[in-house]
Amino acid sequence: MFVALRDIRFAKGRFALMGAVVTLITTLVVFLYGLTGGLAAAASSTVAGLPADRIVFGAPAGAAPTVSFGNSTVSAEQQAVFAAAPGVRAAHPLGVSLTRLTTADAATPVSVLGSPAELLPPLRRGSAPQDGQLAVGADTARTYHLEVGARVGLGPSALTVAAITEERSFSHAPTVWTTVATWERISGQSRPTALALSGAPADAAGLDRAESTTTVPTADALAGINGYAAEQGSLQLIQGFLFAVSALVVGAFFTVWTVQRRPDIAVLKAVGASSGYLVRDALAQAAAVLLGGALLGGAAGGAGGLLASAAVPFEVGPATVAVPVAAMILLGLAGAALAVRRITSVDPLAALGASR
Amino acid sequence: MTTTPQLTRTGLALRGVTLSYPDGESRLTALDAVSLAVAPGEFTAVVGPSGSGKSSLLAVAATLQRPDRGEVVIDGQEVGALGERARTALRRERLGIVFQQSNLLASLTAVEQLLVLESVRGGRPAAARPRAQELLASVGLDGAKQRRRPHQLSGGERQRVNIARALFGRPSVLLVDEPTSALDHERGALIVDLLAEVTRTHGTATVMVTHDRDLLGRVDRVVEMHDGRLA
Repeated sequence: MFVALRDIRFAKGRFALMGAVVTLITTLVVFLYGLTGGLAAAASSTVAGLPADRIVFGAPAGAAPTVSFGNSTVSAEQQAVFAAAPGVRAAHPLGVSLTRLTTADAATPVSVLGSPAELLPPLRRGSAPQDGQLAVGADTARTYHLEVGARVGLGPSALTVAAITEERSFSHAPTVWTTVATWERISGQSRPTALALSGAPADAAGLDRAESTTTVPTADALAGINGYAAEQGSLQLIQGFLFAVSALVVGAFFTVWTVQRRPDIAVLKAVGASSGYLVRDALAQAAAVLLGGALLGGAAGGAGGLLASAAVPFEVGPATVAVPVAAMILLGLAGAALAVRRITSVDPLAALGASR
Repeated sequence: MTTTPQLTRTGLALRGVTLSYPDGESRLTALDAVSLAVAPGEFTAVVGPSGSGKSSLLAVAATLQRPDRGEVVIDGQEVGALGERARTALRRERLGIVFQQSNLLASLTAVEQLLVLESVRGGRPAAARPRAQELLASVGLDGAKQRRRPHQLSGGERQRVNIARALFGRPSVLLVDEPTSALDHERGALIVDLLAEVTRTHGTATVMVTHDRDLLGRVDRVVEMHDGRLA
């Protein structure tokens, strides 16, 4: 890195500009990653956090089953068949609906999950709800000043808070948990929405054919949440474009820089520098710029995300900060590598004569 | 790092070297069966008008261009059969080139212009600093001037750095391309004096290409080129 570091020091304005561009793009990507993660959690943490291996979706009579919590409905017979299937340890009914939670002085939309106690998230306080009771997430409890024993309205019914759980949400609405029977009363449904399986049926395809159901791993069931796939797909598309723009910008900068350096490269080759030495030096220079810019951008994005998380769904963690920072560095290096390969074509003969 | 075999210092020899360039549908002969031998410690000037083939001779001797025919021998090593890597290593370890323009790297100080060669050779630049400083002092660049970048030096000082850089790798052959073209007569004379001195003290086989006949008093031998041939 002998020449690389001295070039950066000498042309600090140009490299600072490039570093600032990398910093800004990385900040934007980290923001977007955090927002994507936060929105994903807001849309799906209830389903993603279920202690289940498979989700079974059914369909109203005559309709084809699809992976959709909005369309799905399962019968007690289907539940019995899946519960008895080889490979399945338990088949729990799961009711999903949206309604309104009202307290003495506030109201908020919530998602209501009707399930047995086995599917509840970890309890912070209280005990699993019985009929006529519900469990609310810790953040929801804090926001609406709810404690165990409080009375709230859930849709048309009045229920008692039996427990405070870890916060979960479904379709961007905080989740409250109750029994299947209470859920049926609140939602006006006579059948649960889906089944949550522990274990996996040995012949899932055969069961699905016979029962007119669709069985998918829990992670794949997230696509059944309304708008989830479109929302995540849009955000990931923007991430992809940002990565592509980043690689192109870095590649363009180092292309121009390499062209400007051609006379110096010719001299270094004429005095005995190998192409390998010069390419390694140039890549080290790119790595230094990318590392500095991306780390700064990652720190700015992470810090900004922490502040923003008070107002918007934002997830800060290794996956939302380290992954985009690493991706920015690797893609930037790929762009730089395409640019600096021009070094190999510089003819040292150009160093002779008065052509410089 | 690619290294050349251990060779004795026998200087430079060109034997029947011919070089031609494409010129439309025909070829233009730049060097026509040129033979030249320069012994260690000998300072030879090649003079001639523009287009006589002086620069082509230097390019072939510097292993930057392969001749169509003939042999280029550096310290007993015939370079025609060498691949690009071996030629690069040979330039690194056996040749010193003083360029027409000083061709210094804008981002490096005078002393770093020499230290970069240590980095290129796979060594530790910091360990080579005393020798680089000593070499620069020997060509008349002391103290603070060694820490200046090219734009902070005069044309003569840049050419002195150019010479010190060429000597840094302890070359056995020193190739000098029009070293005074950017200097006035007085500074040009000082540079040629310096080249004569380093040829003697470093024992290099020095070939200087020049069109300036007023500066030939310090060279050991003058050869003339006309139309690609040595007179």
